[in-house]
Amino acid sequence: MSSDVTPTATPVKTTGLHIGYAEPGCRKVDPILVADGVKRTFGGLTAVDVQHVEVPRGAITALIGPNGAGKTTFFNLLTGFDKPDEGSWEFDGRSLAHIPAYRVARMGLIRTFQLTKSLGLLSVLDNMKLGAKGQTGENLFRAILPFLWRSQDKEIEAKAEDILARFKLDTKKEDYAASLSGGQRKLLEMARALMSDPTLVMLDEPMAGVNPALTQSLLDHILDLKTQGMTVLFVEHDMHMVRHIADWVIVMAEGKVVAEGDPHTVMANPAVIDAYLGSHHDSDLGAEDPEHEHVLKELLDDQQ
Amino acid sequence: MIDWGAIFSNAAQELISPTTAAYALAALGLAIHFGYTGLLNFGQAGFMALGAYGYAISTLTFHFPVWAAVLVGVGASVVFALILGIPTLRLRADYLAIVTIAAAEILRLLFTTNTFDSVTGSATGLQGYKGGFAALNPFTFEGTVGFGPWQYNAYDWWIRLVGWIVVILAAVFTWLIMRAPWGRVIKGIREDEDAVRALGKNVYSYKMQSLILGGVFGTLAGMIFVLPRAVVPANYQTSLTFFIYAILLLGGAATILGPIVGSMVFWVLLSFFSGFIARAVAAGWLPFMSQVQAGQLRFILVGVAIMLIVIFRPQGILGNKKELAFVK
Ligand SMILES: Nc1ncnc2c1ncn2[C@@H]1O[C@H](COP(=O)(O)OP(=O)(O)OP(=O)(O)O)[C@@H](O)[C@H]1O
Ligand SMILES: [Mg+2]
Repeated sequence: MSSDVTPTATPVKTTGLHIGYAEPGCRKVDPILVADGVKRTFGGLTAVDVQHVEVPRGAITALIGPNGAGKTTFFNLLTGFDKPDEGSWEFDGRSLAHIPAYRVARMGLIRTFQLTKSLGLLSVLDNMKLGAKGQTGENLFRAILPFLWRSQDKEIEAKAEDILARFKLDTKKEDYAASLSGGQRKLLEMARALMSDPTLVMLDEPMAGVNPALTQSLLDHILDLKTQGMTVLFVEHDMHMVRHIADWVIVMAEGKVVAEGDPHTVMANPAVIDAYLGSHHDSDLGAEDPEHEHVLKELLDDQQ
Repeated sequence: MIDWGAIFSNAAQELISPTTAAYALAALGLAIHFGYTGLLNFGQAGFMALGAYGYAISTLTFHFPVWAAVLVGVGASVVFALILGIPTLRLRADYLAIVTIAAAEILRLLFTTNTFDSVTGSATGLQGYKGGFAALNPFTFEGTVGFGPWQYNAYDWWIRLVGWIVVILAAVFTWLIMRAPWGRVIKGIREDEDAVRALGKNVYSYKMQSLILGGVFGTLAGMIFVLPRAVVPANYQTSLTFFIYAILLLGGAATILGPIVGSMVFWVLLSFFSGFIARAVAAGWLPFMSQVQAGQLRFILVGVAIMLIVIFRPQGILGNKKELAFVK
């Protein structure tokens, strides 16, 4: 479907990711992340209850679903920022249960946050340099001997400047991150995540608050990650974007995975439309909600 | 008539007094905790007490040499930091504040109680531990030597020299680590520890390192503090911690020289006001006030002076104005 060669604009989609029928929890040819029976409740509310899900390696996977579906909670569970009531999950064949968040990150699974976490009173460049792994000077005793870490620090700085230039933040590098706009902070957080050469990047709503002109370049950045061999899992509400860059889509609703498949098939799936409609009915008892209507229109548009 | 010369000369003496050095060092420890890492340690007085008592008890009860007595104090404060940090550093910042304030009070009460009188001297405290340190004094002159208002005997010069050398070494050490990648992680934790965690840094370990390091500075400060005086438990009340916080905010929380300048300003002002008020009362300028009341007035005046500085220079004397624009 996506291999029709219009110049530049249409990204090359990766296909043939799954084994068998594209149903919720279907197996992947080469999964990088596998979750099994992961459940998280807050009091009486079951925020996440995922039977089985696999994220394909080397592809861009979108995780979509209505507000409150449990996407962010699922991200937190996978990355060690929250603990599930039960369940197991593994990354690259290694179990991640009971592994603290910082170790998960060191294993190559880097995430960003829905509510941007830029380090306000650090310069943009320092934000970036903090992202690099295995820094000699981060040890207290080696820190006092600059000749031990100076050259490594220079390399890290060069790399940071390179990535900043790609994200068009290079002119801001000496400024405090707190002085950046909301959208620029999203960019910085994503750029910072790349400093550690992750194998899997998990982005929680990378486009929220980013203006349309920048959206295009952000999309290109994400596609670029795939070309560089990274796997991307991202949460997004913008269906156009999902359709544009995702190779695979996982749909969550009320904590469960309700559908999976390539973007076009998934968006035509009645279960998905149900998910959005269902939450609409639940929350608003039939009142008109322009936002959901918009999403639905997009979904229906796509069917034609 | 008021003797202005004596007032200014006494105030000037505070610039290099060992007490100023001790407060500067304790405030530098708090700068590491609060200014750089964002840890709310309200128990710096406890760390200082461990230094004072660790040194004095090792010397008096166990007859340790100076270096061993110093090590005992430092060791005790590392253990204290671990006890405070292990249960609280994984929790929200306020838990550390509560636990440190309580732990420091517990320490003070343990040192005050009669139960351990033979070791701690209970409420009267300890003295007579200075021999070993005095014996290391390279100065051998008789009488007082110096320039201007700074005229001291050999022992007084020796404690000033050692006190300020320790402060300078600690400041250089702090400067080195804060400009290194280690300091970058620490400052990142102050801004948002989850973001730092997501980048693969062991936040818990860094917070612990910071708590220990700043605590050890407080402990060394406690040792300098007792060189010109006796060890008295009443000195280690929570108000001591608050004075050190005042000094830190006065000088600039996330700066190296701020705590030092803050301590100097604080003590010079305090000495100036107490000298001035005492003489003003004696000269009959303040007829409505007794000497005892006048003794309290100096703290009020210092408080007003600090308030003025904080209002007109909220980032502290050496703080970075730019940072303030972004305080949430
Ligand atoms: N810490 C918490 N305590 C209690 N309930 C929570 C907590 N975190 C999330 N929830 C609940 O869990 C459910 C899932 O929330 P989550 O943030 O994962 O949704 P989401 O899919 O990311 O939504 P959105 O698209 O709006 O970001 C919601 O009903 C939310 O109220
Ligand atoms: Mg969310």
